[in-house]
Amino acid sequence: MKKIKKIKIKINGKIKSIIQDSNLSMVLKNLKIPLNKVAIELNEEIIDKKKIDRIKLNKNDKIEIVHFIGGG
Amino acid sequence: MVNLKKDSLIIAKKKFNSRLIVGTGKYKSMSECAKAIKLSGAEIVTVAVRRVNISDKNKPLLMDYINPKKITYLPNTAGCFNSKEALRTLRLAREIGGWKLVKLEVLGDKKNLFPDMIETLKSTEDLAKEGFKVMVYCNDDPLMAKRLENSGAEAIMPLAAPIGSGLGIQNKINIQIIRKQTKLPLIIDAGLGQASDATIAMELGCDGVLVNTAIAKAKKPFEMALAFKNAVIAGRQSYKSGRIDKILMGNPSSPSKGII
Repeated sequence: MKKIKKIKIKINGKIKSIIQDSNLSMVLKNLKIPLNKVAIELNEEIIDKKKIDRIKLNKNDKIEIVHFIGGG
Repeated sequence: MVNLKKDSLIIAKKKFNSRLIVGTGKYKSMSECAKAIKLSGAEIVTVAVRRVNISDKNKPLLMDYINPKKITYLPNTAGCFNSKEALRTLRLAREIGGWKLVKLEVLGDKKNLFPDMIETLKSTEDLAKEGFKVMVYCNDDPLMAKRLENSGAEAIMPLAAPIGSGLGIQNKINIQIIRKQTKLPLIIDAGLGQASDATIAMELGCDGVLVNTAIAKAKKPFEMALAFKNAVIAGRQSYKSGRIDKILMGNPSSPSKGII
């Protein structure tokens, strides 16, 4: 059986192992991120949420997922 | 009687009936925060942009408690100490759901939380160029307020005192000078401690006040939210009514004619 290759990426400062060739959409789905309530950065660039299934992730990619919380 | 219904607060061409803006930080829970906002009558609330907690997927979300379709979210750059961080934060905020009306706050010192006005000016200019409508937290310096206006700010938001200090308005003269020189919405932001501080701000001619800690950390936040609502209305009504001149000596209220 062919072994599934994994790569390491960082999401919100935490290292995560994901299957190689995953796209951003799959990763966000696994994390159950409510897309209409967040913004996403990939390597410090804002991502158009409509295009996430076309974005392939690479080793050491840094993803930031933010939302609104209480603040002054 | 003053018709306060027609006396709307207009920011970036948007009309608001309430002149009280409330922060959503420091509450014990999101439901407490939502109830306090309802009681305050605020139509604008400030919110912060932070990382989603990816390990606790069931954590409650602010948007589930405060409906952004009913209450205007004002994304804030609290916690940013330079222009780069502030711009990054607000670009992300815009991406969440198209927010263009934002509050810029670039801090310069971790202890007193005073704004770094050089970074603030630079950020205001950049954000305005990108199409943001920027409400700007600033110090109470009339010259800086003027520069902000020239840099494309939509509202000037001078501090009353350091953020969260509860000291009330420390520099009434400066606030009055800023009032005289600007036609932009002037909103006191930060440092209020009790409802009467809001009344004073409104009586100085401010267009609104922004309060967070004074409500969230009051022993009874719901009652304090209501007190601030009434205080802002009272102050605005008092300002619009035209106060009497101050004189040094007494001036009897009853006529002297006909004294027995």
